[in-house]
Amino acid sequence: MAEPRIVVVGAGPAGVRCAETLAAAGLRPVVIDEGRRDGGQIYRRQPDNFRRPYEKLYGTEAARARALHETFDVLREQVDYRPETLVWSMGGKTLHTVREGRHAAVEYDALILCTGAIDRLAPIKGWNSAGAYSLGAAQIALKSQACAIGREVVFLGSGPLLYLVASQYVAAGAKVVAVLDTSPVGRRIAALPKLLAQPGVLWTGLGLTLGLYRAGVPVLTGVTPLEIAQGGAGEVRSVLVRDGTGRERRFDCDAVGMGWHLRPETQLADLARCEFRFDDSSRQWVVKRDEMGRSTSSGVYLAGDGAYVLGARAAEASGRLAALAALGDLGRPVSDAAVAGLKAELARWDRFAAGLRQAFPWPFSLAAQTPDETVVCRCETITAGELRQVVRATGAAEANRAKAFSRVGMGRCQGRYCGQSGAEIIACASGSPVEQVGRLRGQAPVKPLPVHLEEEA
Amino acid sequence: MAGRFVRLGETERAPLSILVDGEAVQALEGDTLLVAVLQAGRRLRVSEFGDGERSGFCLMGACQDCWVWTAEGGRLRACTTLAREGLSIRTQQPEATWPNLA
Amino acid sequence: MRPSEHVADVVIIGAGIVGSSAALFLRRRGRSVILLESGLVGQQASGVNFGNVRRQGRPMAQLPIANRASPIWRELKTLLGEDVEYLEAGHLRVCYRDRPEMADSFVDYAREAAQTGLELEVLTGNALRARFPFLGPEVIAGSFSARDGHANPRLVAPAFGRAAARAGAAVFENTMVTSAEKVGEDFHVLAQDGRIFRAPVVLLTAGAWAGDFSAKFGEPVPLVTRGPTMSVTEPVPYAIGPGVGVATPLESETVYFRQITRGNVIIGGSTRQDVFPEIRRAYVEPPNTLSQLRQIQRLAPGLGKLNIIRVWSGIESYLPDSLPVVGPSRHVSGLFYAFGFCGAGFQTGPAMGDIMAELIDTGATETPIDFCGVDRFQAADAA
Repeated sequence: MAEPRIVVVGAGPAGVRCAETLAAAGLRPVVIDEGRRDGGQIYRRQPDNFRRPYEKLYGTEAARARALHETFDVLREQVDYRPETLVWSMGGKTLHTVREGRHAAVEYDALILCTGAIDRLAPIKGWNSAGAYSLGAAQIALKSQACAIGREVVFLGSGPLLYLVASQYVAAGAKVVAVLDTSPVGRRIAALPKLLAQPGVLWTGLGLTLGLYRAGVPVLTGVTPLEIAQGGAGEVRSVLVRDGTGRERRFDCDAVGMGWHLRPETQLADLARCEFRFDDSSRQWVVKRDEMGRSTSSGVYLAGDGAYVLGARAAEASGRLAALAALGDLGRPVSDAAVAGLKAELARWDRFAAGLRQAFPWPFSLAAQTPDETVVCRCETITAGELRQVVRATGAAEANRAKAFSRVGMGRCQGRYCGQSGAEIIACASGSPVEQVGRLRGQAPVKPLPVHLEEEA
Repeated sequence: MAGRFVRLGETERAPLSILVDGEAVQALEGDTLLVAVLQAGRRLRVSEFGDGERSGFCLMGACQDCWVWTAEGGRLRACTTLAREGLSIRTQQPEATWPNLA
Repeated sequence: MRPSEHVADVVIIGAGIVGSSAALFLRRRGRSVILLESGLVGQQASGVNFGNVRRQGRPMAQLPIANRASPIWRELKTLLGEDVEYLEAGHLRVCYRDRPEMADSFVDYAREAAQTGLELEVLTGNALRARFPFLGPEVIAGSFSARDGHANPRLVAPAFGRAAARAGAAVFENTMVTSAEKVGEDFHVLAQDGRIFRAPVVLLTAGAWAGDFSAKFGEPVPLVTRGPTMSVTEPVPYAIGPGVGVATPLESETVYFRQITRGNVIIGGSTRQDVFPEIRRAYVEPPNTLSQLRQIQRLAPGLGKLNIIRVWSGIESYLPDSLPVVGPSRHVSGLFYAFGFCGAGFQTGPAMGDIMAELIDTGATETPIDFCGVDRFQAADAA
């Protein structure tokens, strides 16, 4: 048989380990990545002319980051590497890509989607202000551009990233005004048995929290966010929350980093016509896949946080595992022991991730009760009240129907930042269970596509 | 008023100059366009639908909130575009002349 | 236990723009109406099409229908009690320099159309470019219809459905009709869940799915389904009022665009895709989008600067002579058809509903529709 064409989308931890496994089996996969450099988000590489050492950039993860980057530095010559390339659509086992305004079609026999994750958000009044950023954005500004997002930053949300980014800012000399966690401490304690599945990571997390206390940064838990207050031109001025005792607290700032952990990027899986399922544990739609990452679409596999959010280390294991699944399905020999080992490793990360979800839940009730005047859809500037009004007036109780009437989800981001909270609002307003509201159907292009395209020579 | 973003290091890089709304802005090689604009200014664009200034959101090319117009009438996503010498961008929508700039 | 049974003067199968507008107009004529829809009102062709509300360019025989629709569109906000974004900023139909005969055809068409009351203005050269400076250099002539425009197709049929319901129509969504039979004087229309709907009259407006029903009534039609290629840009400053399209015999070249006041530019046309009516799905094939984007830049090069943020398709139904199936059944009394609008049924939709209501209510309609009769296919069979 002629060499099968395997395409890996994403050069983060999952994609890199996946491509490495395929190359080790003697294949030359295509590796397509949107970024200028490999590494994905958590191991994002700084530009060539930056000089900070790995320890400063990646802290406790420095060794893993270096190992991943060094792997790809060698691997890039062994694969067909296409950076700065967006897969904007697909059809009939052909991917359609664009790079610097030039279109190219890429055919595949097997497709392994390692598309990673983005921050998971919920609307807060004023989150559409200049100066409001996701937690991931705050981290990227620091890691990749050596900048803080503002002079006085409030971090708000929940999840390990909240504490990590705040700590990184303190260590880099930025002014962190407060860390405001919507999850009460009690949830963390209740989640301890699961979190102990990865004691090293748990210990690191505790260390980060202690470090913030020692640096004198106020850390509040069990808060209810009320408002990101705006100044005259619509920029961030302060954050108002209700603390765990019910008292209102205001923190002056010029920037907010907000987020509640992560959510998978699933648009390509959608275009590949993979089936989805509603995951009660994380209260979101995820792509159906088997233990090794096979989707319901023939020849399409998923790995990493783009399949299910288990963290960067788990992503490396799941990238390898998906590669082994593809190799096995293509008739290549695969080590049962290797598969078993990777599955066992993922099972530990699964348990830990369940603990994280329990300790730092996405605040779905908060989302459902988003005040009427708060913008839900940032792209189209549609408020929660407008969305509720549409549900009431038209009876639309399904995500795509409500989108057609309200425009929520019709903007440039295609519902990445409004889809989930929109569904909670629709569910509440129509009296339907959120699973019944469904999910916004993914449509091409995965990201905005220029009308003017050059054709591949 | 000074820029929104604060440089915490890595300032020993070659300088470059871009134009923002016709004014020269000094930035550094390796800055993204987003950082180049925001280390000197407060906003990237004005929202089409009346809710004020925007300054990007995700910095990873997901939210699509940082698209800016070039002086020639083109579109750039600021967080995934490298700043380069002479780039000229606008933080306001052009008037309704965009279809005729071909 | 007896399955629930619903009775009315008219049962309408299919709640697209024709079915839902017919429901409203029948109610206004005092007829009781049941409107059945397998999914949600206006979800199929009526909801995914380009949104052109244009008369010019239609075959002459269709103009009386289109002219009847025009005032309905203008009054739609009052009629429906909601805004469906109808914008009457005109429609411009252009042709390229490699087909100069199309320019002549514009002049002939304008002369004939004027006789029906449709006023068109044909422009060329500097006059054309001064008025519409965004047109590409290949464009040599344009026909402008001032009293045409566009609207938001996602909103129109659902708004008709709600107005019909407020007017007393019984609207049943998520109701898949599995059979419709004439039993004595009445039609028995059976739903998947066992509900029965009875009426002496059935109006079949089930679009791509109507052919199965008409065949069972002994009147099969050669209906095929195709999916339009649709794209929309991000919002940009509002600059272009009229809808604009290319007149050409080639499907790949037939592209059009319209800008909404929010700023997005909607682009339609070029090659279409196969679709899957049995699972109610339509997927855009990326090469069709690429063809469309190449062609739209010939029409208006300035669009090349913009970004597409979403594409979509849907299920439209076509007959080989590009005319719909409209009018009474020739075999079964009390059965009426209005389906298969060949991707051009949006503007005429409310008039079709009005005409069918008139026909059902009074036995006749003042607007000629015989040229769309179902018997044009049966005659061929009989030969």
